Amino acid sequence: MIMSERKVISGSDVMAHAVKMCRPKVLPMFPITPSTLIPERLSEFVFNGELDAKLIHVESEHSAISALYGVYATGVRSFTATASQGLALMHEIIPIVSGSRFPAVMAVANRALSGPLNIWNDQSDTISERDQGWIQLYCENNQEAFDTLIMAYKIAENSKVLTPVMVCVDGFYLTHAYEPVQIEDQKDVDEFLPEYKPLDFLDTSSPKTFGAFAQPNSYMDFKLEQEIAMENALKVISEVNSEFGKKFGRTYGDGLIETYNTSKAKVALLCLGSVGGTIKEVIDEYKKKGKEIGLIRLKSYRPFPTEQLKKVTKNIKAIGVIDKHASIGFGGALTNDVKAALFGEKVQIESFMAGLGGRDIDRAKIRDAIETMMKGKSGKWLK
Amino acid sequence: MAKEKKEVVEKKDTTKVNASGIPLNMGAVILEPGSTKKYKTGEWRTFIPMIDSTKCIKCGQCWMTCPDAAIFKAEDGSFRINYTYCKGCLLCEKVCPVKCISHKVEEK
Repeated sequence: MIMSERKVISGSDVMAHAVKMCRPKVLPMFPITPSTLIPERLSEFVFNGELDAKLIHVESEHSAISALYGVYATGVRSFTATASQGLALMHEIIPIVSGSRFPAVMAVANRALSGPLNIWNDQSDTISERDQGWIQLYCENNQEAFDTLIMAYKIAENSKVLTPVMVCVDGFYLTHAYEPVQIEDQKDVDEFLPEYKPLDFLDTSSPKTFGAFAQPNSYMDFKLEQEIAMENALKVISEVNSEFGKKFGRTYGDGLIETYNTSKAKVALLCLGSVGGTIKEVIDEYKKKGKEIGLIRLKSYRPFPTEQLKKVTKNIKAIGVIDKHASIGFGGALTNDVKAALFGEKVQIESFMAGLGGRDIDRAKIRDAIETMMKGKSGKWLK
Repeated sequence: MAKEKKEVVEKKDTTKVNASGIPLNMGAVILEPGSTKKYKTGEWRTFIPMIDSTKCIKCGQCWMTCPDAAIFKAEDGSFRINYTYCKGCLLCEKVCPVKCISHKVEEK
């Protein structure tokens, strides 16, 4: 039994610890940079007896997610991790898992999609999957990755939600970074996350049909149910975030959006993931110079917290969105979503495309975005 | 909009049914096995195959080939077609070594 301890540990390693504590029974996983170390570490846990689970050595990511579907059909908790092309290869099965209402959890180490071939970080892989009925939670640091994975199972398995969760962490920036992380006690995690009780599962004593055909007379009703479940998830994510705070002493905003220095700011940046850390540093620089700049970090990208975003941006006049995914032909996908959510509000919204294919988003680029917004100019590619 | 929607998705929701009228549970699960049997795929048929049992040599090629298991063995050992499920693909006609299976356009 691991006692609660503070450790300097890599992102992948700490995520494997979090998954282990959630007690998955079967692990179908396929390695791909930069997520490889997650299955590697989990394999070690299984082989040294720390985790009572069966590993499935699949031959591709398509098989990994197909097996994940199969595991949830048998009614036990599972997990897989992937990135980039791996997630893209899973695409065919991703909406089947969510449409089947299996509360799966998958970690994605965000990485650019080829081509040209690139293994470095941006968020084009997960943002390309935003419409497939999975909840997407983005993390700023490794402590948050650990905490979010544990919360993810609780959110996914909630009877009002029953929707799978992608826990998105920036590849390399988090997966390969060593940070001090509080690893919680197994007993506390067990208290927070009760045993998974499936609704329907494969059982020879009570046979059922899985993957049934839904004709035009019912398919649309299933999609409406998923939409309602996503709306329910907005509330459940916040509740789980507060409950986690009570148990472990850490929360992330309201679970959907984390804000930094937004109370006095008229200009704010909005982002997903680890770049929030750099932005906070730059905001502190500006604060020393007497200028108030805010940060709105979306933790939940799907479901999109529209009402919550309107609330936190009520007094903000200009928002610069840091896009790490280009919806080629229509700018930044995140910006477009923010504009749709804030339609009719009196706020200028500009897109700053940055960090594609692992290009550093350093302080100078953040300052550039802030200066542009303060002058009321248009957004641009921060090359 | 939100008020029209139910907040909780009920476990047993019988408002959704499949093509045979069987209720679909959450995630399109049917709470019984073998529901495909109730799906009468014979309605799809355009061409209707017919076996001349006097010429049938009881080799079973058609029975093995039928993708829908719509061909069955009669008591005399010859093969017959279950028209409740036969979709009229005519693969049986193609494989029959003695050409005892023919077809025509089915008039409904």
